[in-house]
Amino acid sequence: MSGNDKTNGHGVALRVHACAKTFADGTRALEPVTLDVARGETVVLLGPSGCGKTTLLRIIAGLETPDAGGRILFNEADVTRVPIERRNVGMVFQSYALFPNMNVSDNIGYGLKIRGVSEAERKARIAELVALTGIAGLEHRRVDQLSGGQRQRVALARAVAARPSVLLLDEPLTALDAALRERLRGELNRLLRTLGITAIYVTHDQAEAMALGDRIVVMRRGAIAQVGTPRDIYFAPANRFVAEFVGAANILEAECNAGVLLLPGGRLALANDAAAAALNGHANGRIFAMIRPESIRIIAPDGAALTGEVDSVSFVGDRQRAAIGGVAGKPIMVDVPNSTPIKAGDRVGLSVDPGDIRVLAGDTA
Amino acid sequence: MSKKTFIGLCFVPLAILVAAFFVLPMARLVVTGASGHDGLRTYAAILLDPRYRATLINTILLATATTLATLVISTISGLFLQRHHFPGRAVLIAMLTFPLAFPGVVVGFMIILLAGRQGLIGDVTLRLLGDKQVFAYSLQGLFLGYLYFSIPRVILTIMAAVEKLDPSLEEAARALGAGPWRVVRDVVLPALAPAFIASGAIAFATAMGAFGTAFTLATDIDVLPMLIYTEFTLSANFAVAAALSVGLGLVTWAILALARSFGGNTVAAAG
Repeated sequence: MSGNDKTNGHGVALRVHACAKTFADGTRALEPVTLDVARGETVVLLGPSGCGKTTLLRIIAGLETPDAGGRILFNEADVTRVPIERRNVGMVFQSYALFPNMNVSDNIGYGLKIRGVSEAERKARIAELVALTGIAGLEHRRVDQLSGGQRQRVALARAVAARPSVLLLDEPLTALDAALRERLRGELNRLLRTLGITAIYVTHDQAEAMALGDRIVVMRRGAIAQVGTPRDIYFAPANRFVAEFVGAANILEAECNAGVLLLPGGRLALANDAAAAALNGHANGRIFAMIRPESIRIIAPDGAALTGEVDSVSFVGDRQRAAIGGVAGKPIMVDVPNSTPIKAGDRVGLSVDPGDIRVLAGDTA
Repeated sequence: MSKKTFIGLCFVPLAILVAAFFVLPMARLVVTGASGHDGLRTYAAILLDPRYRATLINTILLATATTLATLVISTISGLFLQRHHFPGRAVLIAMLTFPLAFPGVVVGFMIILLAGRQGLIGDVTLRLLGDKQVFAYSLQGLFLGYLYFSIPRVILTIMAAVEKLDPSLEEAARALGAGPWRVVRDVVLPALAPAFIASGAIAFATAMGAFGTAFTLATDIDVLPMLIYTEFTLSANFAVAAALSVGLGLVTWAILALARSFGGNTVAAAG
């Protein structure tokens, strides 16, 4: 471990090799998963509850052992059989898990104390961490005298105090209210960059995943649905599940003929590569196409290739979101600027840049 | 009728009950304690008379030893039983809590069957060592009986507390490098402290005042409830019996009050 630089530029390259998990009662929580995480990278495990993301995190932590054949490597060293207390990981829990019988600085310094770090060194490190996490002045408080946000900061400081190889965060912001969650998300992002630590972050909140992840691993039913940068995941979802889970998406099931989607509301031309993807293996037939609500523009209905009727409009603050019926099988969502007057019952034309239409590989529902 | 008057009236039944069954008998007991020919000095005798003092110390030591042993045994078994599921677990828990149903006399009887003159331990040691071990009628026998009596009361409280422990607390400690013993010392035991104090206080109070078991076993040991009984029935020494009763009550009450104030802090800290 490099203890020489003060900003803690440390952490390991992590490799998860074919890790599956079957519980004693026969439940398969995780299909064999392989994943590489670079040194200093933040990877977010994203998925609905029961998708196996927490199980994967616990296997990396050493709180669960993978089924036979699975291996966890820290910098190429096999740690699969190393118990969590000797794995040098930092963990942050949704419930904070602060020790109620210790004050703030004793909580933060606990890992250092166990490692036999001298009191003077401990104090210096604690001072450094309370400053970094913005909780200076609270060192002698009991943990029940702290707010939720302060508790989570203490938990974070405690987790990184002993300069762990990997920082593991299990839904750390879920228990906080929305405004605080957003603020702490920003701080957490800054902190992870400052520390330059390898981090695995579990969440079911796609906005959190987008904001924090260098890469996102979308999981579903114990398997990886897609791995990619937030932009990859958002703009080029691998399948229908990812498209619908990350952000808002219109999924159109339609007949495709020579690069043109035939919809009840008209025709929609695909870009060349999308058309190629559609034809690949599908020939002419029914395909699934995804269009994000913000990629659709409202135009005059006369002469438009695609038309429909506004079902409803809801104001969401920075814009309005309209549901347009009669275009496809079900109403499609369109983001409309507040400056555009639109109301239920209007007949509208729709225009989509062919490049913004993504043909999805099969229906993997 | 104003709301205040109504609320005041609601306390009347409680006030009558407390007066009739607590304040008046207690006052009477305190007065009786001072009614002997030694007057108030009877109270001083609890501490000054060598026999009374020895009995008081004996009783406190026995109750303390019982409480500590009960806590140790119940904590280990409670942790194990709450965290491991195995065939027969429910039966074992039922057996451990079974003594709740027994009066002290039955517990004393069982100790005699185990360690009395015709007891199992006597038989076995006679055959193996050629020397019959009998300790039912001694302090050890009483200790064993109280232990048997206290474990069910304590173990249920501790099991409930273990169930409420947040497992992520232990996981957090382990992630920080704490081995199994360290986790127990730094996380589990402090988190269980309120349960120890609450159930320990009950065990202590029970052991201080238990009579049935002592009456069945205690032929050559003096514990406070036995002393009160003999002073009262055999010597008709009402004043001493009353003074000793007040003393017993005060010691027990003080321990419970101490535990409550201490426990209150701990509970607040665990919140």
